[in-house]
Amino acid sequence: MDTVILLLCTGLGLGALYFLVASGLSLIFGLMDVLNFAHGALLSVGAYAAWWATAQAGMDFYAAVAFGTAVGTLAAVLLELALIRPLYSRPRDQILATVGVGLAVPALLMGVWGADARPFPQPSGLSGTVRVLGAVVPVNRFVLMAAALLVLLALRLFLARTRYGLIVRAGVEDRAMVTALGIDVRRAFTLVFAIGGAAAALGGALAGLYFGSVAPGQGTGLLIFAFVVVVMGGMGSVTGAAVASAGVGLVQQFANYYTAAGLGDLSVVVLLAVLLLVRPGGLTGRLA
Amino acid sequence: MTFLGHRATTARERRGWRDRRRWWPPALLAVLLLAPFSALPVPGLLSGPLGSPGSLQLLALCLLYGGLATGYDLLLGRTGLLSFGHALYFATGLYVTDLAMLEWRLPFAAAAAVGVGCALLLAVVLGAVGLRVSGIGFSMVTLAFAQAGSILVTRDPGGLTGGEEGRAVPADLLPDGVVGIQNTATLYWIALAYLVLTLAVVHWTVSSPIGRVWAGIRENERRVEVLGLRPYGFKLVAFVVAGGLAGAGGVVYLLLTGGATPQAASSDATLALLVMVILGGSGSRWGPLLGGVLYTWADHRLGDLANSGTVAGLPAVLRVPLSQPLFLLGTLFVAVVLLLPGGLAALPARVRARRSARGPRPAGLGTAPEGSAV
Repeated sequence: MDTVILLLCTGLGLGALYFLVASGLSLIFGLMDVLNFAHGALLSVGAYAAWWATAQAGMDFYAAVAFGTAVGTLAAVLLELALIRPLYSRPRDQILATVGVGLAVPALLMGVWGADARPFPQPSGLSGTVRVLGAVVPVNRFVLMAAALLVLLALRLFLARTRYGLIVRAGVEDRAMVTALGIDVRRAFTLVFAIGGAAAALGGALAGLYFGSVAPGQGTGLLIFAFVVVVMGGMGSVTGAAVASAGVGLVQQFANYYTAAGLGDLSVVVLLAVLLLVRPGGLTGRLA
Repeated sequence: MTFLGHRATTARERRGWRDRRRWWPPALLAVLLLAPFSALPVPGLLSGPLGSPGSLQLLALCLLYGGLATGYDLLLGRTGLLSFGHALYFATGLYVTDLAMLEWRLPFAAAAAVGVGCALLLAVVLGAVGLRVSGIGFSMVTLAFAQAGSILVTRDPGGLTGGEEGRAVPADLLPDGVVGIQNTATLYWIALAYLVLTLAVVHWTVSSPIGRVWAGIRENERRVEVLGLRPYGFKLVAFVVAGGLAGAGGVVYLLLTGGATPQAASSDATLALLVMVILGGSGSRWGPLLGGVLYTWADHRLGDLANSGTVAGLPAVLRVPLSQPLFLLGTLFVAVVLLLPGGLAALPARVRARRSARGPRPAGLGTAPEGSAV
């Protein structure tokens, strides 16, 4: 029973991390049809910015997370303005450009701070464990879940209640129609990139907490699982991404523990292929 | 297939090709064939003289990746299929050949045949399944399959693949002529033969009737369907031919490096091929080859250059980015995608266009012709 609860919490914590990456990825693909291969790099940027702020600049943990998120948001906006926007008429080149960024940014991080993982300083309030129904669970699992829930709530409120949320929702449904109505949908592109970058960078900062360290390849490693979540949840659907990320995190943890190690990762990846083949509609944008 | 004839080159273009291209590929091939006999020092470009084993090893890798990129372009540039899983077939050729020798004690030739056969079979099966979806869905299915293969190889099922370490090739089962440092020249010629084979296969298939349909699918798949052809079968043929070529490349790689390591199966390996093709020029005859050679050379030599005195003396702002080959290549890749659609192979045509247009700012240079873009 203890093991099940621990696996449950760890799986949900991992799922929360996936959600932070996948929510932005899903919105970006839903609105712009760009599969952002640089999203893992944005996560790494957030992680390293937060690590730098707390370990090198001596900031307090919460300020460091805010700093990391801000840097990631800035990086995402820069990426959209400098690379995605000029390639607007060449959709495939947009994807290729993000692939290039996804290669270059981790390499740069490796060049500056080395290839080895750097230990992430754990704040005293979040480093301990709590007992849940007899199981000893690290606190950071719950921090991640809380962050993911907050982001989910904020995104839903933004999409449902604000004017820009309305434009984003309409753009996911039918971009041409929104443009025809005289609304500059490109501003929404930058906004969606900013939101996605912020969520991914927050995920990166918290991934430092979850894994206990930051490494240059961390973001890229998480990206493939975020793709699974995006396809499972339906492109452009934030709630779908939330449900799917919890599912993927749990399946991975339980399968890795109860069967051979690595089988969980394998099953999730195979799940992606099966889903795409059985239900190609998972790729069509819809917002729920 | 005359209905797709408008994609074929015009007579004037073709004459121009003949005039320009007839002499230099054979000349280049002759130079490459004779390279092992030369002791020409190439300071900066290579660490030793041209014919030294170290240089030949690097050159062989360059030629191998030139061939691999050319094979990959059969999908990307010729048929318009963006596959993120090409490394899977390369790794299949590599690992199956290695394991057939290690586990079944097969002689090299038989093991290589098994390896390439497995790569072909896998390409048939996974291609048949993956091509049921199109566009970005296909890209992600191939990515998922390749990732599954990569995880499998890294996890070392039953101690077969050797996990992170990989498995070294059993030297006693290899032909004597390809073992040892004194035989680097033979390996170099094998890599060169692989490159020539790939170029020949790609050239032959692309100029065949099937190749015309590939070009049609690349330009507009819907139109090919309207013309009464089913793109599925044609795309599958492209996928299988490319997969088989990648498998053969895996066998050559096994000979060159003397073992199979999981890096060959990683998604980074496919991305590297993608970068090579785009860098050189997707859809052109020599572009992917150029990109493959350049990428491999840069990946191996930039690291050495970074440790040299000139770079080490620079301030950190310049030194750190320069010491990371992947950063430079990634940045170069983005720059090519952004500013130079058509890659390096399209550069001479652009320069000519700029020269012939006498205006200070010739129109139409900023945007590439649709066909040459990826």
